[in-house]
Amino acid sequence: MTAISSDFSSVPVLPKWIVPVLLLAFAYGVVPLIGSSYLFEAILLPFLALSLAGVGLNILTGYAGQVSLGSAAFMAAGAFAAYNFNLRVEGLPLIGSIFLAGIVAAAIGIVFGLPSLRLKGFYLAVSTLAAQFFVQWALTKFSWFSNNSASGVIDAPRLSISGYALDGAIGRYLFALTIVTVLTFLAYRLVTSQTGRNFIAIRDNETAARIIGIPVLKTKLLAFAISSFIIGVAGVIWAFAYLRTVEPDGFDLDRSFQILFIIIIGGLASIRGAFFGAALIVVFPLGLSRLGGFLLGDLFDSGVLDMSQRIVLGALIILFLILEPDGLVALWDRIRRRLLFAWQST
Amino acid sequence: MIADFDYQFFIEVLVGGLLSGVMYSLVAIGFVLIYKTSGVLNFAQGAMLLFAALTFVSLVERGIPFALALVVTFAIMVAMGVAIERTVLRPLTNKPPITLFMATLGLSYIIEGAAQLIWGTQVHGLDLGIEDVPLEIGGVLISQFDIFAAVVAAGMVLLLSLFFRYTRIGLSFRAVADDQFAALAVGLRLPLIWATVWAAAGLVALVAGLLWGARLGVQFSLSLVVLKALPVLVLGGFDSILGAIVGGLLIGASEKLAEVYIGDYFGGGIESWFAYVVALVFLLIRPSGLFGQRLVERI
Repeated sequence: MTAISSDFSSVPVLPKWIVPVLLLAFAYGVVPLIGSSYLFEAILLPFLALSLAGVGLNILTGYAGQVSLGSAAFMAAGAFAAYNFNLRVEGLPLIGSIFLAGIVAAAIGIVFGLPSLRLKGFYLAVSTLAAQFFVQWALTKFSWFSNNSASGVIDAPRLSISGYALDGAIGRYLFALTIVTVLTFLAYRLVTSQTGRNFIAIRDNETAARIIGIPVLKTKLLAFAISSFIIGVAGVIWAFAYLRTVEPDGFDLDRSFQILFIIIIGGLASIRGAFFGAALIVVFPLGLSRLGGFLLGDLFDSGVLDMSQRIVLGALIILFLILEPDGLVALWDRIRRRLLFAWQST
Repeated sequence: MIADFDYQFFIEVLVGGLLSGVMYSLVAIGFVLIYKTSGVLNFAQGAMLLFAALTFVSLVERGIPFALALVVTFAIMVAMGVAIERTVLRPLTNKPPITLFMATLGLSYIIEGAAQLIWGTQVHGLDLGIEDVPLEIGGVLISQFDIFAAVVAAGMVLLLSLFFRYTRIGLSFRAVADDQFAALAVGLRLPLIWATVWAAAGLVALVAGLLWGARLGVQFSLSLVVLKALPVLVLGGFDSILGAIVGGLLIGASEKLAEVYIGDYFGGGIESWFAYVVALVFLLIRPSGLFGQRLVERI
């Protein structure tokens, strides 16, 4: 009897908000003080941008069950829209252009989400490729988007909020962190709301969802719009805060796959999963190049690195699908439970 | 406007488009084979194509005779099919199709990486001994190489159809395609069948890889022809070989015609997405493609 009850009470129940709040306090209070510029430029900024894109795609693919292979197109749309709003609308604050860029990405998302009203599964996944190719083509073809720059590569505007410049690595980091935090919080609220439940119902069984009265078409388009909004803003962070240039080539099909891999590895239908996945995707190439250089020395040139990265990444995807279909999140939760249990029983 | 319409030029563009469509069909058939028997959209088909072509070229460049290189490459593709069945498909049996699709995405990364890690990244020329000179047939200029490709494609489709219809293993392919569970219940060996299908897809990849490689040079971008084949599949239906052929012809012809006649209005370069738009518009009318099977839904 005591054994059973101690089993149940063995895991101390912390309020859900404690961990995120502690993490945020660390990210705002401690990281800017101790981080090197390499940490910000090479790890934290791409991590934040990709995490946010992962959160966006997870809403569409993880929660609403619509597989998209065109995420990078929405990132590109967001980045270029923000650039143009910032350039062409006098006196629009930076936050304003970022918000409008999200709206533009959402509108494009709705247009390319229209096929989802009739298509399912692979047919839909293939049709989202249309977004990928069309957007990339349009951005390279019409030089208006890049303000007639000869190379198609343009410098992102300086980040500043009400006159306060955020040019340094730490400034850009805090800027990205704030946007990611706000949008992630909203995304979390969304998926735990009625709308979020509707997404899941459509993912699990569309016909059943329709029968219990969920407006399937509207909900699907909403999922496309919200997801594209978030991914578009992630594109702005990627271009403005991380790369500080805006170019269509960085938003190619490989980037779309990368974001899809982030949510597979991190865990589908999990907001935390996007962060886990993005952390792995950002850190693993750096780790691999260090390890390869250490083991093979000069043999390990950039070509070999590139190829072995592809191989290891592909193998990781397959391993996760086979061994841990719920992603790093499930792995983490299991480890945490074990540790807590071990700690409790001592 | 209509009066001075150049019919001969139109027909030349049309025929050229149809023949390049055959090249798309060749790639699409590899997809259909695997989709039919396992319900998986095999994204790695393009990577397999690259791997086959690269292996073949590298063997020939190392002085191995043409025929022997062909046999060796085919053997490697078969081994690869068996290995994929063992390590990837078997542990993922009974998983949702989308999981399997993502696994093939991972697979394509592995195969692409391995192909270039083993054979290097430089561009190889590939000479199949067929000259790419235009022939005049009925007043229309047609590339000799295109005709050769069309004949090869026709031969392969014929071979595959005969194989599916008249051999025992072909029969079991059809059984698995029809109902995987029932096929298992009557004692068909699913692992063997899947390994055979992947080997057959490897053969298709080899043929398509050689033809595309002769045209574009054997290099990394070869694996991107998969992106040309996807709209063809969507148009024709994922599970129909006939659909892959007809879809390929339609996409090839409309793409060339659009590029020549309306491309200028868009500033050119529309072939990267035009096929997708054609396929999408078509799908809005018929959601399961030209010849695809309509799904009956149950709750």
